Amino acid sequence: MKVTLHIWRQSRPGTAAAAGDGRMVRYQLDQVSPDMSFLEMLDVLNEQLLQRGEDPVAFDHDCREGICGACGLVIDGVPHGPERGTTTCQLHLRSFRDGAEIWIEPFRAAAFPVLKDLVVDRSAFDRVVAAGAYISVATGQPQDANCIPVGKDEADKAFDAATCIGCGACVAACKNASAMLFVGAKVSHFVHLPQGRVERTARARNLVAAMDREGFGNCTNQYECEAVCPKDIPVRVIAELNREFVRAKVLEQPASGKRIGGHG
Amino acid sequence: MKLDARIPPGPLAEKWDQRRFDLKLVNPANKRKYRVLVVGSGLAGAAAAASLAELGYQVDCFCFQDSPRRAHSIAAQGGINAAKNYRNDGDSVFRLFYDTIKGGDFRAREANVYRLAQLSGNIIDQCVAQGVPFAREYGGYLDNRSFGGAQVSRTFYARGQTGQQLLLGAYAALSRMIGRQAVRMWPRTEMLDLVVVDGHAKGIVSRDLVSGAIQTHAADAVVLATGGYGNAFYLSTNAKGCNVTATWRAHKRGAGFANPCYTQIHPTCIPQSGEHQSKLTLMSESLRNDGRVWVPEQPRDRRPPQQIPDGERDYFLERKYPSFGNLAPRDIASRAAKQVCDEGRGIGETGLGVYLDFRDAIARLGREAIAERYGNLFHMYQKITAEDPYTMPMRIFPAVHYTMGGLWVDYDLMATIPGLFVLGEANFSDHGANRLGASALMQGLADGYFVIPYTIGGYLAGQKPGAVKDDHQEFARVRQEVVARTGRLLEVQGSTSVDSFHKELGKILWQQCGMARNEQGLAAALQAIPALRERFWQDVKVPGSGESLNQSLERAGRVADFLEFAETMVLDAQQRRESCGGHFREEWQDDGEARRDDQNFCHVAVWEHSGAGQLPRRHIEPLQFENVHLAVRSYK
Repeated sequence: MKVTLHIWRQSRPGTAAAAGDGRMVRYQLDQVSPDMSFLEMLDVLNEQLLQRGEDPVAFDHDCREGICGACGLVIDGVPHGPERGTTTCQLHLRSFRDGAEIWIEPFRAAAFPVLKDLVVDRSAFDRVVAAGAYISVATGQPQDANCIPVGKDEADKAFDAATCIGCGACVAACKNASAMLFVGAKVSHFVHLPQGRVERTARARNLVAAMDREGFGNCTNQYECEAVCPKDIPVRVIAELNREFVRAKVLEQPASGKRIGGHG
Repeated sequence: MKLDARIPPGPLAEKWDQRRFDLKLVNPANKRKYRVLVVGSGLAGAAAAASLAELGYQVDCFCFQDSPRRAHSIAAQGGINAAKNYRNDGDSVFRLFYDTIKGGDFRAREANVYRLAQLSGNIIDQCVAQGVPFAREYGGYLDNRSFGGAQVSRTFYARGQTGQQLLLGAYAALSRMIGRQAVRMWPRTEMLDLVVVDGHAKGIVSRDLVSGAIQTHAADAVVLATGGYGNAFYLSTNAKGCNVTATWRAHKRGAGFANPCYTQIHPTCIPQSGEHQSKLTLMSESLRNDGRVWVPEQPRDRRPPQQIPDGERDYFLERKYPSFGNLAPRDIASRAAKQVCDEGRGIGETGLGVYLDFRDAIARLGREAIAERYGNLFHMYQKITAEDPYTMPMRIFPAVHYTMGGLWVDYDLMATIPGLFVLGEANFSDHGANRLGASALMQGLADGYFVIPYTIGGYLAGQKPGAVKDDHQEFARVRQEVVARTGRLLEVQGSTSVDSFHKELGKILWQQCGMARNEQGLAAALQAIPALRERFWQDVKVPGSGESLNQSLERAGRVADFLEFAETMVLDAQQRRESCGGHFREEWQDDGEARRDDQNFCHVAVWEHSGAGQLPRRHIEPLQFENVHLAVRSYK
């Protein structure tokens, strides 16, 4: 099959204006197979660009089986493209018609600056996690695993949230560039487990503070994040985040800025 | 090259206790004076970085991905073994130890494997304390499933994404220490060389993959947790970025490389669909709990699978290995699949595939139950192949998956270079010639959480902290070499892409050093690889510059190292004149089953680099079995 691609090209880090050369560039591919993955199509393009002496298109990817969360392109305006519950690397050309014209852009958000072409810096997510998306247990000799029974329904809820792969599609899809589906998933994962409930108050407060610090916006209930999430994280995790945050506000003394968890 | 495994004396069950007692301790106030570099942030690396920082060491952790949470441990699907005996089905530390030794075809060190089995239960406890959401039963207690090579149910799992959940646990522990500034994290940073000063590992040279800056980092010890070398084959189940560079660079600086020919070919992967294919996707071994593997009785039977009646199907694993059936170990199941395909009974357009069929399990348990167990794997299969595994049997074929070989380490996980520690898949230590399913996660976490925190202290206690700084001339010298090598890759300006060379190397290795190997093929590979390497350095085309994000340059460096490494791998396969585990030499077999030669090859082969253009030297570490009887490995 044939496809026409319009791809965001940018040679340097920063905003399009700062890099100076950010623009959409048109490419034509005449022989691609419907069985190819979307990224394999970009491999083919890059091989051709190389032979023509042009700079290949930079894009993040690693596992190519939908779990590492490295890949992420905005395809025809939708993060990860047209198939629901699918990462970019698991998208195949059979989802497009022969002769399709496809627009490919990086995830765009103030908190995710573009580094080059389709590669963005998502380290803001790591900083949010470092602010409290964990249980403060040091390596050692904890009690036997079966001393903490967790009812299956609760365990399943925790698991549904924990499937988040940290790709950032939720942010890219949101008109406010909100990270609340991501942060909600972290909060929800831990709050459904007894061992995670101990630090729930400080966790909610610290994660929300970190999220604001990184420049992510707030949720205004458009549900675009849920629609593009490759792991189908439900928006109920945002409700849980809001509940946990309000609970923390009500229960806690004024924020002292301390990290959660004390020592360990 | 001196190979002293430093196995503690005394009974097997007391060795680790004894070692921990004998190891010197570093007092808490002094720990903060020591700096440790941890390269890699997968299960082993993240667990080590977090645990060492908790102890008070200054830790720097490096990964080439944009976030430590993306390391390839994340892709592990099926589960993690532990000798908890929660099922009351006869499991014990000794049984896990024995299964692992036998599964590895008696080519692993007893003491290391026993320690691994001892630590296995503690890993599950630690992960649950971190909030890892393992599968549970309605009563709230942990569930288990079965995996290949074992007749007990000892595998803990988190749907089909156990690796992601365990890695998120380790990443959370690491993030906690990053948040406290106890770990300095270096994402998008690739180690390009090891710096050895006066015989001790004292730092690394890295490249910032965004700015291109070549940086030096001095420390008191270096920990490599950089994974395996399966991507030498180009097509494998590994992530695209997985590479041998860190361990190969360390090897060229003096670290012995052990058993590079031991590669695991996993039986259940989605078959290749065309030349454009960039990677192969694993379908978890756990599927063999309920899926039945078969091919048509008759060669070239092209009927759709549903139209082939039971009497005309050959459930070849059940037929050949009645006591383990579809849960025969990976090397054996892969070989059996190859055999039926060689007989012309393979399925699909290429004839390189066998069926993994859930018809009977769905009839027995219902579609719901199967979806609960394997839903995300079925979904992934459907995404890739556009076929529905609920109604149509999966098509599967073996693919390169894991590498048992790696840098040689002693009982303390220290390489032949003092101060260099190697963890997880990057070392050779625990899986012998074949790894059992659900044991990689166990080993990575055991090494990172529960071995290195003790053993590194024993080494550091004898070192003056901060004795070498990065203004030492050796750092400048190694840095210069890295700059020069990067420059050379850019200067060739030939006409062939890095990927083309990589694919060509992969084909050579798959054909000559894959599921079956013989003298003739290996000799041919030993001719072809140096020629390909020479062509690479004359004709590779790497666009752009070294001073910015340049993914072609990253790949070029990795493929250049694969081209060197591959020769040692083939040499090792040639010199090991026996069959064992994943290493199958056609000359040594009994009707398709591997025939070991314990008389001559009951040892670890350790390769020493002897300079450019020279063949490496082969050393051996004899393996002594005091607690298990060396037996013919039978799963019949």
